[in-house]
Amino acid sequence: MSWLSPPEWQAVVLSLKVAGLATACALPPGIGVAYLLARGRFVGHGLLNGLVHLPLILPPVVTGYLLLLGFAPNGPLGAALARIGIALAFNWKGAALAAGVMAFPLMVRAIRLAIEAVDPRLEAAASTLGASRVWVFATVTLPLIVPGIIAGAITAFAKAMGEFGATITFVSNIPGQTQTLPLAIYSQLQVPGGEGSAAKLVVISITLALGALLVSEALAKRIAARIAGRDA
Amino acid sequence: MLEIALKHQFAGFALDLALNAPGGITALFGHSGAGKSTVVNAVSGLLRPDHGRIAVDGEVLLDTQAGIALPPHRRRIGYVFQEARLFPHLDMRANLTYGARFAPPGPGVIGFDRAVEMLGLGALLDRRPGALSGGEAARVALGRALLSKPRMLLMDEPLAALDGARKAEILPYFETLRDEVKLPILYVSHAPAEVARLASSVALLEDGHLRAFGPARDVLADPGAAGGFGGRAAGALISGRVAAQEHDGLARIETAGGAIYLEAPGMAMGTDLRLQIHGADVTLALVQPEQVSALNILRVTVLEVGAPDGPSVFVKLALGEERLLARLTTRSVAALGLRAGLECHAMIKAVSLAS
Repeated sequence: MSWLSPPEWQAVVLSLKVAGLATACALPPGIGVAYLLARGRFVGHGLLNGLVHLPLILPPVVTGYLLLLGFAPNGPLGAALARIGIALAFNWKGAALAAGVMAFPLMVRAIRLAIEAVDPRLEAAASTLGASRVWVFATVTLPLIVPGIIAGAITAFAKAMGEFGATITFVSNIPGQTQTLPLAIYSQLQVPGGEGSAAKLVVISITLALGALLVSEALAKRIAARIAGRDA
Repeated sequence: MLEIALKHQFAGFALDLALNAPGGITALFGHSGAGKSTVVNAVSGLLRPDHGRIAVDGEVLLDTQAGIALPPHRRRIGYVFQEARLFPHLDMRANLTYGARFAPPGPGVIGFDRAVEMLGLGALLDRRPGALSGGEAARVALGRALLSKPRMLLMDEPLAALDGARKAEILPYFETLRDEVKLPILYVSHAPAEVARLASSVALLEDGHLRAFGPARDVLADPGAAGGFGGRAAGALISGRVAAQEHDGLARIETAGGAIYLEAPGMAMGTDLRLQIHGADVTLALVQPEQVSALNILRVTVLEVGAPDGPSVFVKLALGEERLLARLTTRSVAALGLRAGLECHAMIKAVSLAS
């Protein structure tokens, strides 16, 4: 990787780290919320659905600003987190939070679709065989939605890799700290003679996104065949 | 003993019934929309009825007045659905053993090896649901329910999705369950032949109400209930034993009311049979018929002339200790002057082997 300068290399690694953490942290609540939206019947269902989708429809700058209000060291959530030793403002964990929040609706949508495609009659059959709701979810629903979870995770990862507006608003553009690939590309385009560097980062962006997509497609196809009861 | 008392209101449909099913196979018979599935779903816990009480062997599963409603997974009631509902992501071995991990320790109604042997599943264990025929899937579904150590089984038209040959392949397994495993079964069906073959008790459902309930023999010989099975399909059950295979290929079956001849190829001497004689296949004569082709002519006594249903009427007959049902026209009943106590001759055109 000698063709990448250390700062460029740093941006790539940081992006992978940020998107990885964002995806990993968003996955458990993403599955939970998707399950609630797909199977739950409760007051506030519409409200939850709206809240989840908010980052998708709000201008990213607005989302970033709201995160800043909430998670700045003197913000309500930021102060609480600071007390347990977690600081999010202006560091890579904050970038992961911004990316995770922005990617969350995409992840939930993919997983929710997968849950809705699971035949509830299979879940009913499992319950008559003695499985409680938690067991039904763990042994029937969850294995059957693995392709949807993979699709959701990859989409979320790709979105997190490309997040720009909320990130730059919330944690600024600090090389080595919060300067992810898109922020680095943007910065390079602001300086004279930076086009070459930007082009390299663009190529890496495209390669990573495409690679993730291909891997997820192949994986999901394999798993879908398995859980459809065919040998793969 | 399964005690059921239910009241449930759907849009445009009300279910209101109470029955105490003894052991054996209790058939829940009725046309679609009669409420059969609602009853089994309430027993399984998949449906919560408006009002009701359900108890198995004295243990209360549901009592809406007392605020008791066990969730399905705590009822230990095996459910064999019309579609097999096998888990597509698991192979057959994992499907079969799925319920065992949730069941209490100790032996269940049947062990794994015995279930595999009884249902002929040995060759299927490593297969996946996508590679099974309908009959194979039905057998695995039955094994899966049995291996969850249930205290009773619910079967919701388990054969309805199968063709004739597959049905014939599965039915003997149900008989084995009834006679050897002795697991109480609530069996939903709208096929009179299945009911005649399997049921120890029959509950006849009509528009959410119980039209008749009792031992299969009594209900199937009840002129008041016969209409509920459909005119042609109604018919009483009698027991018989193969007494001889005769030289012309007919078997002589001894019954409480005399010998009956029928084709029963391959039936060994001494085999006990359950025969069904459809009411439409019975003709009555006041004098001993002569020079007729009917082979089986039995002396019977009229017990009861049922209420007419259009031009036809069911007549209940005593054949020794057994009961027969004849479907006649009201015109013939009037012409012959049929009334309770009258002795006559029943010509039986066809006898079907119920099992």
